[in-house]
Amino acid sequence: MVKSFSRKSWATLAIFVLLALVPPIAHAFDNSFLITMFNRALIYAVAAVGLDLIIGFGGMVSFGHAAFFGIGAYTAGILGTHAFDGSEFIFGWTGSNDALVVWPLAMLVAAFFGVIIGLISLRTSGVYFIMITLAFAQLFYFFFVSLSQYGGEDGLSLWDRNAIPGLDLYDRDTFYYLCFAILLAVWFFLSRLVASRFGRVIIGCKQNERRMRALGYDPLLYKLAAFCISAAIGGLAGALIANHSEFVSPGLLHWSRSGELMVIVILGGMGTLVGPIYGALALFLMEEGLVSFTEHWQVILGPILILVVVFFRGGIVGFLSGNGRAAGKSGGDHG
Amino acid sequence: MLLFLEQLLNGLQFGVTLLLMASGLTLIFGIMNLINLAHGSLFMVGAYVGATAIAHGSGFFLGLLTGIAAAAITGMVMEFVIMRRLYRRDHLDQVLATFGLILFFNEMVSILWGRQPIAMDTPGFLSGTVELIPGAPYPAFRLAVIATGILVTGLLYFLVMKTRIGMWIRAGASNREMIGALGVNISLLYTVLFGFGAALAGLAGVMAAPFSAVQSGMGENILILTFVVIVIGGIGSIRGAVAGALLIGLTDTLGRVYIPDLMRLWLPPSVADGAGASLASMLIYILMAVVLAFRPRGLFQTHG
Repeated sequence: MVKSFSRKSWATLAIFVLLALVPPIAHAFDNSFLITMFNRALIYAVAAVGLDLIIGFGGMVSFGHAAFFGIGAYTAGILGTHAFDGSEFIFGWTGSNDALVVWPLAMLVAAFFGVIIGLISLRTSGVYFIMITLAFAQLFYFFFVSLSQYGGEDGLSLWDRNAIPGLDLYDRDTFYYLCFAILLAVWFFLSRLVASRFGRVIIGCKQNERRMRALGYDPLLYKLAAFCISAAIGGLAGALIANHSEFVSPGLLHWSRSGELMVIVILGGMGTLVGPIYGALALFLMEEGLVSFTEHWQVILGPILILVVVFFRGGIVGFLSGNGRAAGKSGGDHG
Repeated sequence: MLLFLEQLLNGLQFGVTLLLMASGLTLIFGIMNLINLAHGSLFMVGAYVGATAIAHGSGFFLGLLTGIAAAAITGMVMEFVIMRRLYRRDHLDQVLATFGLILFFNEMVSILWGRQPIAMDTPGFLSGTVELIPGAPYPAFRLAVIATGILVTGLLYFLVMKTRIGMWIRAGASNREMIGALGVNISLLYTVLFGFGAALAGLAGVMAAPFSAVQSGMGENILILTFVVIVIGGIGSIRGAVAGALLIGLTDTLGRVYIPDLMRLWLPPSVADGAGASLASMLIYILMAVVLAFRPRGLFQTHG
């Protein structure tokens, strides 16, 4: 146990060192596209680490997490649009371009919808939960598709990246390291959280909800709080991706995006928090590799995913740390 | 009033397509406890193969049969190669593996048929209209779809509830080992059952092809609607699937026609059309949320 723990710590340290070295390596090879690509993976990793909190530790398989991602992105997009043309957004407020206003707000809005979706979805469990979260994400998808004021199906361009005093977010390296710092902070916060009493209760609910109730906890309240935190992190990642691509569209909320986030979590190793970071890198590297090989790369990626699920349980981190299904072992949350 | 009746029939026809999808999916889920996202891919395979056969002059019935057979074979191969490894896994693994299958099938279809949607005409002998109610001619093909859907679901209900095979299936659902010990080849039964569910999806695919563009990814939209149907109806309940499918089919169709009109009553037309269309496309998800807020396990909950 101690041995596998230390191997897992090595895996954690290794990925963070690697990520920290991306910009210098990219400059050494004079290939700044690498930074853009890894930056994208970093941002998806933020969302996926947040998703791992509820899937890996809470046993809540949310198939609609892209909704929060999209809500966060649209918060940045809509506020940015009003800030750009000076038009009124609400109550005479003309939006904002200040990252320190927009990003927390993106988290808040996502958390707000997290509470609403969570309150209805968490009354159910197992496969119902999977399907309901999927359906809620569809609801938001169609909402943004028909939101013609903000581009509808065509999406919305960000005229300016959000601003932080003293930082130039247009500088590739700066933006990369900012996203990296956010990923580190989110990972650290969640690591503390799952090790805390709150985290124990969440894991306990996954293992046996009735027992937790008998112990005097209210599982719904704890699960809702975890769902809400996860949603907020998804919203933050959404605001980051909006800045990264300087564009938001309903595609961010498409159900296949939710699938992608789940793939990242499983591929990397769910219930490990560091796993999703590996997962995001693996998925994006695989994508880049396959794209250069054939335009029909999904015809290869699909079977790879199936093979991973069938034979490679525990994901990358499970493999690196030498145990089949890593921490937060798959629980009996059947419908 | 005539328009309303026509829309009612359109809703019914859509509901019946959903019903074919939902009964296949609920059969597989209810009995094998397997959540199959690739069910929509089987719908797509049926539509593509059926439309292609008809375009090459096979005639409608042969084309229909080809589409159904293609979906059934694809389904059985899928079960034999992949699904049977997943029965005892958690739903998360099933979701991911079948998500991988979707990527594979969508891309495979665009390799084989190209990225452009293909079209399918309604068969000649059903291209006319029938005057069900005097003064309201209704397309014969749509009526045929409704009739087929009702017939097939009736047959399915009979098969599962009244026959020996149905008994095995239901027994296998509650205790796999026991039914195996009684000498039933349960793994063969499951493969056949999976093929049967796939055939229903294929049938739905061919029948829906004339109304929608046959294209890569067409299976997902209907898959998600089918999930909504099943969740509203109650997982594993055929009665629930019927109720859910009709409810969703009618709500969606009528909502798209009437909500913009309704909103024009108190909003300026330009705003009403936009907001109305948006509300209409969200309507069934809102309906689902409302149903689940009151009955978390659906209208016809089966267990627990």
